[in-house]
Amino acid sequence: MQGHSTYRPTGGVAKWLEDRLPIVGLVHSSAVAYPVPRNLNYLWTFGGILTFMLVAQILTGVVLVMHYVPDATKAFESVEKIMRDVNYGWLLRYLHANGASMFFIAVYIHMFRGMYYGSYKAPREVLWILGVIIFLLMMATAFMGYVLPWGQMSFWGATVITNLFSAIPIVGPSIVTWLWGGFSVDDATLKHFFSLHYLLPFVIAGVVGLHIWALHHVGQNNPDGVEIKDIRKDTVPFTPYATLKDGVGLVFFLIFFAYFVFYIPNYLGHADNYIKANPLVTPAHIVPEWYFLPFYAILRAIPSKLGGVIAMFGAIAVLFVLPWLDRSKVRSAKYRPLFKQFFWVFVAVAVLLGWLGSKPPEGVYVTLSRLATAYYFIHFLVILPLLGTFEKTKPLPASIADSVLGSSYGGAHAAAAAAPETRG
Amino acid sequence: MTRQTSIRTDGSAMTFSARKAIRSLALILGVGLGIVAADVQRAGAAEQEHPPRMSWSFWGPLGHYDAGQLQRGLKIYREVCSSCHALSMVAFRNLADEGGLTYSEDQAKTIAAEYQVKDPQPNDKGEFPERPGRLSDYFPSPFPNEEAARAANGGAYPPDFSTLAKARTYERGFPWFLIDIFGQYQEQGQDYIHALLTGYQEPEHGEKPLRPGLHYNKYFPGHWIAMGKPISDGQVDYTDGTPTTVEQYSKDVAAFMTWAAEPHLAARKQMGLKVMFFLIVFAGLLFYVKKSVWSDVKVRTA
Repeated sequence: MQGHSTYRPTGGVAKWLEDRLPIVGLVHSSAVAYPVPRNLNYLWTFGGILTFMLVAQILTGVVLVMHYVPDATKAFESVEKIMRDVNYGWLLRYLHANGASMFFIAVYIHMFRGMYYGSYKAPREVLWILGVIIFLLMMATAFMGYVLPWGQMSFWGATVITNLFSAIPIVGPSIVTWLWGGFSVDDATLKHFFSLHYLLPFVIAGVVGLHIWALHHVGQNNPDGVEIKDIRKDTVPFTPYATLKDGVGLVFFLIFFAYFVFYIPNYLGHADNYIKANPLVTPAHIVPEWYFLPFYAILRAIPSKLGGVIAMFGAIAVLFVLPWLDRSKVRSAKYRPLFKQFFWVFVAVAVLLGWLGSKPPEGVYVTLSRLATAYYFIHFLVILPLLGTFEKTKPLPASIADSVLGSSYGGAHAAAAAAPETRG
Repeated sequence: MTRQTSIRTDGSAMTFSARKAIRSLALILGVGLGIVAADVQRAGAAEQEHPPRMSWSFWGPLGHYDAGQLQRGLKIYREVCSSCHALSMVAFRNLADEGGLTYSEDQAKTIAAEYQVKDPQPNDKGEFPERPGRLSDYFPSPFPNEEAARAANGGAYPPDFSTLAKARTYERGFPWFLIDIFGQYQEQGQDYIHALLTGYQEPEHGEKPLRPGLHYNKYFPGHWIAMGKPISDGQVDYTDGTPTTVEQYSKDVAAFMTWAAEPHLAARKQMGLKVMFFLIVFAGLLFYVKKSVWSDVKVRTA
């Protein structure tokens, strides 16, 4: 899909460089000439939005580190100092804190888009798996970042989450001690997390590189889920078409982001985190950040500690094998009437799990959490494999151009094209 | 599967199953939320009393501090609260900051000099002498550490005012927590503080405290609070004609605490207005550029 670069260096210096390091040609072939399916909708702009957010988080983070003090006795005060005395420190800090939430909003939309349009199916399995790895790294990074202000929720969140590892048989307690750098969450833990919070974003950037490489090798999926047949008819060049569309998506996303930063910067946080960490006072409800809530609900739904930990990690692990669980040959939900309904039910269950994660684990919340957790796994392990066999899919368009321009264009043989896909 | 044959185009098929999907989604959500709402109402009886919502000058996109109100709040803090509560992250220089109390530098210097401050630097004998405060000094704390504060207050720790307005909240519940995004409701802490200060009353049903020295408050979670009613009508003199009632004091000191916790709020909201204006205009322009560039796509390949 990278294709041949149409870049032809014109000047003497450009020719000289291109003979030695064809970097301009690489950029040209992947960001200018790269063919993009012409039917992509705005949901496909979230890849670009996520790249922007990663860069934004690294930039604001690097400046925050210049003023932050990773020390259990000074961290809380140093964050307040940033908010009060550093020029535009309040802006940097609110951008970074809300940026983490925006990053997750974008990544969840990106992932649900992939699920809806079957973007994980052959030949994009590795592309999807790299994405799940990025998601895991993001979760680790965000969790450790939330510990750094050393407020009450930082401290107690860290205590609860690191304690989960003690459920692992035999080596669990040793792992917890190793994570803590001692026998409780303390200064050493804060320093561990600070170091890793600075390291992991660059690891993410590396995996993002692989993710984009894989994407450009296999080409983008599209809302119709049919492969590109004729580059001239089915695609448009990345620049200016996709560049501009991504730009529009990004700016609308930035409006949403800015609204939170400037008007409700503490909406997505916890009031308790404006109280300095105190190992002797436990908050009434220990709640993780909103983006972990569905997994937190799954963790608490299982009545055994080890079982809960396995279920929680299983909820993410199941994503790795998603390309092999969904056995339907049709990618897009547009042509899968049953899958489409189950998809939206799954989204509703995921949102419900998120809400349950914010509630105390008692009474009806526990029952609902268990039902929703069961459904989460049933969706992946039962419904998707069965749908692949029993669902009667709709006829696919013969090509992307056909679906955009109507079936009259180019003489569609929709029934013939769809025949291999209907297996029921 | 007969409906597939009756539906020809993608468009109508999509709306059909989309409608069905939305219906099943609504059903699931409806049943789920119904069960939950019933439970929440039962649980709610034991939960915290919701503070009444007040109107604050710093609410909303045009929010800003009322300098007079902050100055009154500072007066209350100095005359009443400061005997127990610290304000350790606010410096005297901040009193002259724009968008805050807007005292002149000289006024801030005068206020600073009314405090005795332990010099943070040792003198040539290695001692830390007490001297009158300067602009660069921070408000001195009433207790040297948390243990001393607890010992002097029957085991309870009077929290530092520096971040307190942002450190208090109350549960909004569904669907209010979603509506608050659009209503820009960020003043849960202020409403709670105002309610707490005006919420001292006789215990309902003649309840007795768990241990002596606790006071009944309608809005405190669990109702029994270590702090006695801190302020009464007429206790602090106002020179600007504002009524000297507990109601007014509560609003003024909550506003002051908001400033202490969020000194750059006005600058933030002003910048927000410019940023939003720029982004919306830019988004509009970019959208039409994109539209005009894409308009030739159909022609190009057809």
